[in-house]
Amino acid sequence: MTQTPHISVQHLNVHIADQHILKDINIHIPDKSVISIIGPSGCGKTTLLKSFNRLLDNTPDIKITGNVLVDKENIYAPDAEVTHIRKKMGLLSQRPYPLPMSIYDNVAYGPRIHGIRKKAELDELVETQLKATGLWNEVKDRLNASATRLSIGQQQRLCLARGLAVGPEIILGDESTSALDPVSTAIIEDLFISLKEKYTIVLVTHILRQARRVSDYIIFVYMGKIIEFGPTEEVLLNPKEELTKEYVKGYIS
Amino acid sequence: MRRRKLEELFFKLLMVLATIIVAGSFFLIVGTIFYKGVPYMNLDMITKTPGGGFYIGKEGGVLNAIVGSLYVAGGATILGLLISIPVALYINMYMDGKRFLSNTLRMAFDVLFGIPSIVYGAFGFLIMIYFGIRASLLGGIIAVTLLVIPILVRTLDEVIRTVPLELRDAALSLGSTRWEMAKVVLRQIRPGIFTAILLAFGRGIGDVASVLFTAGFSDNVPTSLHEPAATLPLAIFFQLGSPVEEVQGRGYASALILTIIVLIITVLSDILIKKYSKHKI
Repeated sequence: MTQTPHISVQHLNVHIADQHILKDINIHIPDKSVISIIGPSGCGKTTLLKSFNRLLDNTPDIKITGNVLVDKENIYAPDAEVTHIRKKMGLLSQRPYPLPMSIYDNVAYGPRIHGIRKKAELDELVETQLKATGLWNEVKDRLNASATRLSIGQQQRLCLARGLAVGPEIILGDESTSALDPVSTAIIEDLFISLKEKYTIVLVTHILRQARRVSDYIIFVYMGKIIEFGPTEEVLLNPKEELTKEYVKGYIS
Repeated sequence: MRRRKLEELFFKLLMVLATIIVAGSFFLIVGTIFYKGVPYMNLDMITKTPGGGFYIGKEGGVLNAIVGSLYVAGGATILGLLISIPVALYINMYMDGKRFLSNTLRMAFDVLFGIPSIVYGAFGFLIMIYFGIRASLLGGIIAVTLLVIPILVRTLDEVIRTVPLELRDAALSLGSTRWEMAKVVLRQIRPGIFTAILLAFGRGIGDVASVLFTAGFSDNVPTSLHEPAATLPLAIFFQLGSPVEEVQGRGYASALILTIIVLIITVLSDILIKKYSKHKI
């Protein structure tokens, strides 16, 4: 782990109502690699992921303490500009949620709200990102069709293209393949692997095989704490912690 | 085994019976209005205002009330939407952390929803006295707006709550501001907005009590907000109260007109709902 950290989490604690969801999280997420967050359901994986782009802010009764540094900038600082932080990260949720508009407008939505108005520029952006996600040939003749007409796998790739169109540095995936069929899953996984040349990718997954296939590093979270963090092979095949060993073997879930 | 089958049969019969009663009364009501109203229905009814002696059976029509009702219900629905959409968005998108406050507001609107329309009429009347407004189109619009706001807010609130939180997160994670996210949500709920409009307009155009003191009544088509305006429900009330058979018949014809207006609005909003559901996820 010699790369410069892209996201640094320092003493992060998250409470929702009277539940302590994340307990003193400290971690450095390396640049330009795929990191998987694994752990049993309800352990705080998704909360950890959403703390990276401040999507937790709108949760009722939430209390967040500690720092999350993205490019050395504390995103929880009082003067942090939240839209700017979120623009740096694309989010891919469990199920695709295309915006209620056409395929074209879905990809152009982000660039438009950030001030790109020129048709030619938008056209090019849309084409580039749809090509990057392998969707261009499938949709180029029906860009004005509703995004909801696409298959669920195509929708998920569209959501990825939509996220990439705002020029993020980081991609966050929250069990992004859990609603997809095996073929679509494989396409998305391959995309993650090819995209890590340009982006830092943080994935939440509960499929250990997927974590092994795509990620360079693994974070194991259990009961709101980070139990182990290290290179994929090490964590999965030769875990240092007893809890990790039990989880990987399937004793705890 | 026999008992279970009997039970099944009993409840199925009960459901069929209830459905027949509901559907039957619908056809009975519409049928009666048609039967009694159609003989008195003519072009004069919808193109002329009451002439001298209209209420003792001489010539004229209820154009004054048709236009008055459309103005009152239309004006109130538009004004109500302008107030309700921001309220519904605010409760749902800007009050995330303050659950107590948003729930209190929702309850307040539920209470308002249940208040009888005569109370809105009386309240509107008080407002008018305070500002020195006479019984007028404006007064009617204000009272009916008060009446439809709870309907609009609660309907919009329910519709907004059906929008998956992930859709909001999707917009936010692209760097949208809350208002930009709210616009995405508004696109998603456009069909629901038409449902809300339909409900509010239907309630507004059919209500008597709220316009009784506030809009007044006039035999002329209102030409400004400060003139009194006739409304169809009141016109029906006056005509049905007449001993003259001709006038009573026109009362049913007016009821028929009101029903047809509501029918047109329903069909129109249905078409719009279908049209705007295209992109809905």
